[in-house]
Amino acid sequence: MTTTTTAPGPGVAAGPSRVRRLLTTPSVGPLAALLLACAFFSLNSQQFLSGGNFSLIIQQVMVVGTLAIGQTLIILTAGIDLSNGAIMAFGGIVMAKLAVDGSVPPLVAIAAGLLVCAAFGAVNGLLVTTIPLPPFIVTLGMLNVVFALTHVYSADQTVVNLPAPLTALGGTFAIGGTMVTYGSLLTILLFLLFAYLLSQTAWGRHVYALGNSPEVARLTGIRTGRLTVGVYTVAGLVYGIAALLLVSRTGVGDPQAGQTDNLDSITAVVLGGTSLFGGRGLVIGTLLGALIVGVFRNGLQLMGVPSIYQTLITGVLVILAVTVDQLSRRRMR
Amino acid sequence: MTDVPVLQARGLVKRYGHVTALDGADFDLMPGEVLAVIGDNGAGKTSLIKALTGAVQPDEGRILLDGRPVRFRDPLDARRHGIETVYQDLAVAASLDIASNMFLGREIRRPGLLGTVFRMLDHKRMREESARHMADLKIGLRSLTQPVESLSGGQRQGVAVARAVAWARHVVVMDEPTAALGVKESGQVLDMIRRVRDRGLPVILISHNMPHVFEIADRIHVQRLGRRVAQLKPGDHDMAEVVAIMTGALQVTPAEAAGDPDRPDDHASMSEAL
Repeated sequence: MTTTTTAPGPGVAAGPSRVRRLLTTPSVGPLAALLLACAFFSLNSQQFLSGGNFSLIIQQVMVVGTLAIGQTLIILTAGIDLSNGAIMAFGGIVMAKLAVDGSVPPLVAIAAGLLVCAAFGAVNGLLVTTIPLPPFIVTLGMLNVVFALTHVYSADQTVVNLPAPLTALGGTFAIGGTMVTYGSLLTILLFLLFAYLLSQTAWGRHVYALGNSPEVARLTGIRTGRLTVGVYTVAGLVYGIAALLLVSRTGVGDPQAGQTDNLDSITAVVLGGTSLFGGRGLVIGTLLGALIVGVFRNGLQLMGVPSIYQTLITGVLVILAVTVDQLSRRRMR
Repeated sequence: MTDVPVLQARGLVKRYGHVTALDGADFDLMPGEVLAVIGDNGAGKTSLIKALTGAVQPDEGRILLDGRPVRFRDPLDARRHGIETVYQDLAVAASLDIASNMFLGREIRRPGLLGTVFRMLDHKRMREESARHMADLKIGLRSLTQPVESLSGGQRQGVAVARAVAWARHVVVMDEPTAALGVKESGQVLDMIRRVRDRGLPVILISHNMPHVFEIADRIHVQRLGRRVAQLKPGDHDMAEVVAIMTGALQVTPAEAAGDPDRPDDHASMSEAL
């Protein structure tokens, strides 16, 4: 046993360990994959490398990306959420219907939609912690319940003629000649906010500890039940924001929306290097994961590759990402 | 030692249905000692420790901390009273770094608005304090930012011990701290326990490993059939004797049961009851 404790500082860590740490940093792999994909499509398509195209990619991924923020939180606690797309669709319908025929001010309609989504998240969290039930089962049930509620409440009708505040996030502003939507900006800000909360606050540390081992977390004094319900509720609120982004992007309240978004959000999380076993991962990785999917879809489209191959490649990427996660976990042991 | 026991229990009873896990168990931990608690499976060792650390509530009996009666509602409550427990296998959050583990559940926030409004953690200060605690226990680590899962089993146990010591004001309880470790790493943990004692903190060590118990313990509490049947000094008995007492093959005298020949105990009849 050595008798000194070397403080971490510049020049102290040996070269090889720093390189190894870089390679095992969760987001380095996804970042490399994203850059490689961008380089590949830049070489194969004239239109790919432009501000306008990147702005489009972000718009295309912002809804799933925002859902994936909530999904990341839940997966970090070693849970999973199959109901997020359905919750978002319901939230969107609530906002649209209340604003159009509920004769409440649009901002109240938005707030109601956000609250409804947070409430569904809270119910998920309570079922997971109090009964307790596996998150997979709870959210699978909730997926069906909320899907049905959406269709009952909307009477299967798409809600149109939305008032301006509901579509405000679809508005654009210019950054150096490139038009960017407010929704894209909001999505990026949400990612930064949750990156901050997870890395810089006690709440974030506790989420990771909970995902590592609920028993360890409990014994160190973390109120794991309250924390879990909190995570699912916050995730629900984030799905509500995704609902607003969806409504503002499509301009309608669509009861059919978001039906594959649950799996797409899991795809983004996994591609971003977050472990499905909980406790490991970064929300910025999820942003990279969402962008990887977006870049592949967009780039392959520009190259004229049929869309079914985009799906195929996404599937391969997911399996690859989980394989990398598994292998790196095995090395840790 | 003339001191009041740091942690004391009298007549603890805990029943689970028809099973009596604790049957009037006594317990005494003196200041600055390493007290090993040994007993066969089912002797009530775990129930005793759980009662003393708030994990279970005894049906009868009293617990005294520094001579004052206490009741622990849960492990957190015991922790608030300065009793820290290192749980076997359940010590650390694997993917978090050492400093995060040291301060898990007791994080320090940045001073000023960053801390109060933005809830920002003071990573630097937590790392510095962790480094100091690790150095105090002579636990050598290359970096405090590496995740705990990249450490060896002994180092990981070291982090758990350092955390307990850093926060314990009264007692450190270690549940089988060497059970999962190799010879060399066990030695490191035993060294650590000695350093904890040398800093004046009494340690309760639950262990099946007789050589470790004899190497480190100042006194041995032998638990059998839900009671304390003896308090021994390792120097006065050999390992075979202690094992015999533990299994009931050897009866003990009332004085031994009381652990103090000069003070006739109210449980002097214990050996007759066996």
